[in-house]
Amino acid sequence: MSDVIVVGAGVVGAACAYYAARAGLDVTVVDRGSVAGGTTGSGEGNILVSDKEPGPELDLAVLSNRLWRELAGAHGGTGAHGHAGASGQRDVPGHGGADGGFEFEAKGGLVVAETPEIQRQLAELAAKQDVEHAVVPAAELRDYEPELADDLAGGVFYPQDAQVQPMLAAARLLRHGAESFGRGTLHLRLGAAVTGFVRDGDRVTGVRTSRGDVLGDAVINAAGTWGGEVAALAGVALPVLPRRGFILVTEPLRRPLIRHKVYTAAYVTNVASDSAGLETSAVVEGTQAGTVLIGASRERVGFDRTTSVPVLARLAAQAVALFPALRDVRAIRSYCGFRPYCPDHLPVIGADPRAPGLYHACGHEGAGIGLAPATGHLLAQVLTGTPPDLDLRPFRPDRFPEESS
Amino acid sequence: MTYDLVVIGGGPAGVAGALTAAQAGLRVALVDASVRLGGQYFRHSADPRPAPGLGRFLRQARALDRRADVRLRHQVWNVTREPGGGLTVHATAPDRTAVPLAARRVLIATGAYDRPLPFPGWDLPGVLTAGGAQALLKGDGVLAGRRIVVGGTGPFLLPVASGLAGAGARVLGVFEANGGLGLARHPLLALGKAGEAAGYAAALARHRVPYRTRQAVVAAHGEREVEAVTVARLDKEWNVLATRVVECDTVAVGYGFVPQIELGVQLGCRTRQDVDGSPVLAVDAGQRTSVPGVWAAGEPTGVGGWRLSEVEGRIAGLTIAAESRAAGSRAPESRALEGRTDESRTDESRTDESRDAEGRDREGRDGEVAGVLARRRERWRAFGEALQHAYPVRPGWQGWLRDDTLVCRCEEVPLARVREARDLGATDARSIKLLARPGMGWCQGRICGYAVSCLAGEPPQPPRRPIAQPVTLGALAELTDDDPTTPPLT
Repeated sequence: MSDVIVVGAGVVGAACAYYAARAGLDVTVVDRGSVAGGTTGSGEGNILVSDKEPGPELDLAVLSNRLWRELAGAHGGTGAHGHAGASGQRDVPGHGGADGGFEFEAKGGLVVAETPEIQRQLAELAAKQDVEHAVVPAAELRDYEPELADDLAGGVFYPQDAQVQPMLAAARLLRHGAESFGRGTLHLRLGAAVTGFVRDGDRVTGVRTSRGDVLGDAVINAAGTWGGEVAALAGVALPVLPRRGFILVTEPLRRPLIRHKVYTAAYVTNVASDSAGLETSAVVEGTQAGTVLIGASRERVGFDRTTSVPVLARLAAQAVALFPALRDVRAIRSYCGFRPYCPDHLPVIGADPRAPGLYHACGHEGAGIGLAPATGHLLAQVLTGTPPDLDLRPFRPDRFPEESS
Repeated sequence: MTYDLVVIGGGPAGVAGALTAAQAGLRVALVDASVRLGGQYFRHSADPRPAPGLGRFLRQARALDRRADVRLRHQVWNVTREPGGGLTVHATAPDRTAVPLAARRVLIATGAYDRPLPFPGWDLPGVLTAGGAQALLKGDGVLAGRRIVVGGTGPFLLPVASGLAGAGARVLGVFEANGGLGLARHPLLALGKAGEAAGYAAALARHRVPYRTRQAVVAAHGEREVEAVTVARLDKEWNVLATRVVECDTVAVGYGFVPQIELGVQLGCRTRQDVDGSPVLAVDAGQRTSVPGVWAAGEPTGVGGWRLSEVEGRIAGLTIAAESRAAGSRAPESRALEGRTDESRTDESRTDESRDAEGRDREGRDGEVAGVLARRRERWRAFGEALQHAYPVRPGWQGWLRDDTLVCRCEEVPLARVREARDLGATDARSIKLLARPGMGWCQGRICGYAVSCLAGEPPQPPRRPIAQPVTLGALAELTDDDPTTPPLT
């Protein structure tokens, strides 16, 4: 019997388990697969404040950014356990401090504008966001990124933008939650698919799994893109749907070509778009393994994993337009994942009044890695009766009109 | 323009399939990554002792050259089903530019690659796969004076060792991890391959090469390159019983083959588990995969050697030609090519094939493949499966590893990190890869994938490699414009 059962061992579930255990609760994490086997395992590991309009999601992102830094600092590790590739590149700028054992890197983000008009809009957005930033004139772009194309109109630099290796982040949070505190315990049950809920009257008192029942006072649905399916097992509607994205991975480079996370202004509008059709924008960044990750595409095509050459071609073309030196660099892999999106692009965080005992922490779309710690932290506050640091009403589970769910 | 058939792979299966279809009048392209046709088995035509069947293969290859568009040094990185029902084979040319080929049908004949097992020191220069050692045979005089140890399991070790010895290398031993019976009772004999087995035995005896069963190379030693290996006597499960050190400068090891099926997996072809647990493409009696328009032949449908590959390729060529005719998709220009088939009268395969093709015509799509070919395929399939039974990989090899033994050489992942990933909650090979990076480097897990699956305690899964070969971002970017060579398909 646990205090809390977390459904989902992705980064959001791991953060929920971590903060609940730190708050003194006994936690059991249940996942049908492995740690970080779903959308977390397909992520780039972005921790962004730059791409969000002012509002509840930006507030969540700013809180989460601070928590990620704390987590990386608290759990030490310098990444010296070595994820170097054969060419041994570890000298990524901004690296060298504590990385939490999950390659935390406060690399900073650079949003670039193709035209003066877009540059004006970017500067306006930055002023409204009220987060640390610097407006970069065209002439100074290469001080940030020497390999950038020369026809850009300027950009905005966000020093708080950071990156983690998302699978390691999830795994380490679960490990730290299990090892670090002693007050609460954290158990993992992997390979156990949730098939239903245990109820006491209306109240949710546990989950039924393919490997037996697990009982607990509270159940957190952190099933990501599959959060709607889990909610349905409890008889409540939650409109979480997949939004597919592809990432291209290059060969490891001997010299880092790209220092920060660099993306075009179109990314900001695409993230907030409601279109079901294909949208792409260039998002380019280096990793500690020496590879360059290239995104981002968005399309609503269900759970179709078939590789789309036209999408990969567009990602490549946009990346080359931004960094001409990438033209001769080889892509060696690509993968796709399914962002869990809700119709209003906000996550679902908090207690579900329709099923007492059930809490949700899902629907973070493409920002789940970044928003995970704040989500876990706020839910732990709710579970222990502490007033949460942020107003959770914009994220409440029953906010969707019935017909959309 | 659209090809009736694009064949991927220029080994025995691909060449037989392409030639059969071209002789039936189809417009055919064959794409292969290397500089000459032949695949793993026939590529090294400069071997002092020509492989059995080489002459026949070379005749077929020459005949094909006149009848099909043969594109060597082209790497296929993706095959896509187009909305119109056709297929696009995405290749890159030697100058790295993008070459998309439009096809009505595709034959996957991509062969197999060596399956190595990791052991301490296997990352030292001088440690080669058995197939890699064969490549040494081409270099002039490279081998003279070399002291080579050959190890692993399976009958492929025999031609490798006799080839190396024949080329002037000193082969210090062939260490076969399976079978306690020795060459005199080699499974090749039981399988009716007495002549072939005796030939290898004689070659090894002539060069005084010892053949030892239940022994294996379990470690390689050296500062900058291999200077010696540890050879172990093994029990049935390949646990080490006793060891000795053998000084040498080259080690060739191979533990069977991994069928190369990622293009089929990309297309969504159904897979099945072969006798040895390898995922292979499932095909019907006509070599069709579960995806319309996509055929497979040779090792991707189950490892069985060049004879099986060739007969599967021919059957695929025949059923493709029959279906192509039934669909009325025979392009007018391919009839012009047909006029030239007279030149091929000398081909031993020619007359058989036209007869078979006509037989197929009468029987229609549901008819059986001509009896003689079907029976031949049956026989060689049974032979391949018997070899897989006789030469399994036993679990004891995992005990040869130390904490610091690299499991993945591309990403330099030692065993300890794989164990750490399991400890952190990775329950399968994919999550081990996500947490510890084995298989994320250049080879995309082709070398270490089998070992990582074993360490994860699961059978190897169908490989997900959406980009099957490296492709420059520039070449990829070229594909954003509508390409005139890939019109809408019918």
